[in-house]
Amino acid sequence: MEFLFAIMIGTLYGCSLYLLLRRSIVKLAIGLILLGNGANLLIFSAGGLVRGRPPLVPEDATSVPAPYADPLPQALILTAIVISFGVLVFAVALIYRTYRALATDDLDDLTATDRLGEVPEAAHQPVVPVGVSASNSQDGR
Amino acid sequence: MTALPSLILRTAVRWISPLLLLFSLFLLLRGHYEPGGGFSGGLIAATGFALLTFGYSLNTARRLLRVPPITLVAVGIGLSLATGILALITGKPFLTGLWVKVPLAGTVTLELGTPLLFDVGVYLTVIGATLTMLFEFAEE
Amino acid sequence: MGLLVTLPLLLSLAFSLTLFAVRRRRTASHVLAIIGASALLALAIALLVVVAREGLQVVALGEWPAPYGIVLVADLFSAAMVLICALVSWATIVYATAWIDPERERTGFYPLVFALLLGVNGAFLTGDLFNLYVWFEVMLMASFVLLVLGAERGQVEGGIKYVSLNLLASAFFLSATGILYGISGTLNFADLSRVLSGTDPRILDLVAVLFGIAFGIKAGVFPLFFWLPASYHTPPVPVSALFAGLLTKVGVYALVRVFTLLFVHNPGWTHTLLLGCAALTMLTGVFGALAQHDVRRILSFHIVSQIGYMIFGLALLTPLGLASSVFYLIHHIVVKTNLFLIGGLIERAFGTGSLDRLGGIFRERAWLGLLFLIPAFSLAGIPPLSGFTAKLLVIRAGLATHSYLATAIAVVVGLFTLLSMLKIWNEAFWKAPPEGGHADTASVQYNARLILPTIVLAAVTLYLGIAGEMLLGLSMKAAEQLLDPAGYRAAVLGTVNPVVIAGG
Repeated sequence: MEFLFAIMIGTLYGCSLYLLLRRSIVKLAIGLILLGNGANLLIFSAGGLVRGRPPLVPEDATSVPAPYADPLPQALILTAIVISFGVLVFAVALIYRTYRALATDDLDDLTATDRLGEVPEAAHQPVVPVGVSASNSQDGR
Repeated sequence: MTALPSLILRTAVRWISPLLLLFSLFLLLRGHYEPGGGFSGGLIAATGFALLTFGYSLNTARRLLRVPPITLVAVGIGLSLATGILALITGKPFLTGLWVKVPLAGTVTLELGTPLLFDVGVYLTVIGATLTMLFEFAEE
Repeated sequence: MGLLVTLPLLLSLAFSLTLFAVRRRRTASHVLAIIGASALLALAIALLVVVAREGLQVVALGEWPAPYGIVLVADLFSAAMVLICALVSWATIVYATAWIDPERERTGFYPLVFALLLGVNGAFLTGDLFNLYVWFEVMLMASFVLLVLGAERGQVEGGIKYVSLNLLASAFFLSATGILYGISGTLNFADLSRVLSGTDPRILDLVAVLFGIAFGIKAGVFPLFFWLPASYHTPPVPVSALFAGLLTKVGVYALVRVFTLLFVHNPGWTHTLLLGCAALTMLTGVFGALAQHDVRRILSFHIVSQIGYMIFGLALLTPLGLASSVFYLIHHIVVKTNLFLIGGLIERAFGTGSLDRLGGIFRERAWLGLLFLIPAFSLAGIPPLSGFTAKLLVIRAGLATHSYLATAIAVVVGLFTLLSMLKIWNEAFWKAPPEGGHADTASVQYNARLILPTIVLAAVTLYLGIAGEMLLGLSMKAAEQLLDPAGYRAAVLGTVNPVVIAGG
């Protein structure tokens, strides 16, 4: 069981690393999702894998019998999932806007804020409304 | 999204959405002592509205919700904050649960506590947050 | 007295909600935001006074005792951070009421600022590792939205870099927390520090490096700082100033916390690594700044460079070193926020922050030049300003531990910082205005709410420089507390005798 988990977590981390290193913004987002999932599974297995022993005190006892599933990692994972879900929704919205504004999915094209010298005037222009930019870009899907 | 309203989905949603909302309330109350609670309840309720959005339209879902979802988030967080502060007023640390025992018929007593109110806050926040995101994307 | 520790969080959240309710009414928003910021400031002062008099303050939320529940802990270091954070956020909020456009205010600028403060205060006050993660995320969520609010092209672009790097940091944080929980079965800082002293140092090395990477990204430490100069100059000036003052410093705070309380098992490895990173951070930041030609971009690179000094103090792990870190943090937050705010004044009057298109400001507005010189010289470390004491402390701490190379770098970087500040001075204030430059600038009038915060922060800088004794004493005491994990454990765990949970 632990062995399977280790393989799975490693695969998730590996895939996410591969995706993070690609130039596409969409793949970057997917990579971040996989990385979060890998981290969650890591917490889950680090807390110890116990099967079929919920941490509930039986009716006639005062404490839980010894080998029980630790509930804390699951609470941590739930919190982490919720948080990463929220942040990712935001990230996806942001990616969508970037795509509409710059008509590119290539991270290497996002250099306006890194270049030396003056900030281009365009950097302070509001992003073009959705409809307009879609009709201008060649591959508006 | 509104281009192809599926008749089957529409008819099903008509029945499923109210049931989901009812079930979400059940989950919320069950969370008092057993697995369940505001978080899962809120998600189920949000699913009900999501189905309405897909089966009917964004406007239908918005109209039936009555308030903007972001307001639900604020109200939910506010409620949870208020329950926490309730404990402060009685001199306990923030978020300490306060309990009232209401005797019902015979030996049965009902225990009402601030954790339930806190959970209602969570319930509203989850519905609001999920629907804010969903509506935002459905608009595009 | 536990109330005082909880209140900064409750107040931030309550004001965030209230401001959300009134977000469509401008005047009400302005008044409430300033009241909220002032209340937070007053609270923070009270908290610091109480902590200084009575020692560590601990609150167990919901009456669940540590290490089972979540505790809030205020020691001198965190109380001082809360205070200085409240001070600069007060200044920035007052400034923002005269700066931010109505459109951004309607979409919820002020509620977001208070949500950000909630996250920052939470991160300073929590005594629980996973709770720290949650506060980081609260802070990051608010900052993400603040960063792209208004959706200008540069903002969206900077936002992508900021979001992805910070998500990466969160994943590292989470993985490290998972492994640490697997080793120790607890997440409470005090309990962790008790348990970790008896565990295998080799696996701790690994976890320490993971935490170093996670907080290093957030703090903008050497190989991980690229997101910072790419995004900090894109949002409106008050947002830049707030981010510059607070966000990276929370990363530094977290580094200080874990590398004094948890990972002190093998300083020869972990802290030497930190020392190397600190030296390189100082160098890359200052050289990056030399290449830039825009006021806010230069300042962004200087944030990176100054972070190096704070990590330097931490890496030495001596009382003097940590005191210099604390002193430097406090001095830096005030000065850097002020520099961004003053940079904003220049941008507002002259329409640009680019040095190529500025010039002759001193002739038109001499007071603006003087106002700029105070924080600029303080940043470079000219006596009698606060930066001088801060740099002196760092250098003395470095010499005392015979880290000559790193100390030499600190001195050289100080010189280059001065050069960089003089560049802004020469180009923007002193040289003749460019051909056909700004003609109608004399008509631009500043709102009093734009000027007052910069003057207050400049006065604080002067005060910290001239009457540095007080802050020095505070930093020394804070450093003593940081280097005394046993005292921290005693205060948090108290008489509770933690039972190791079986099967954990």
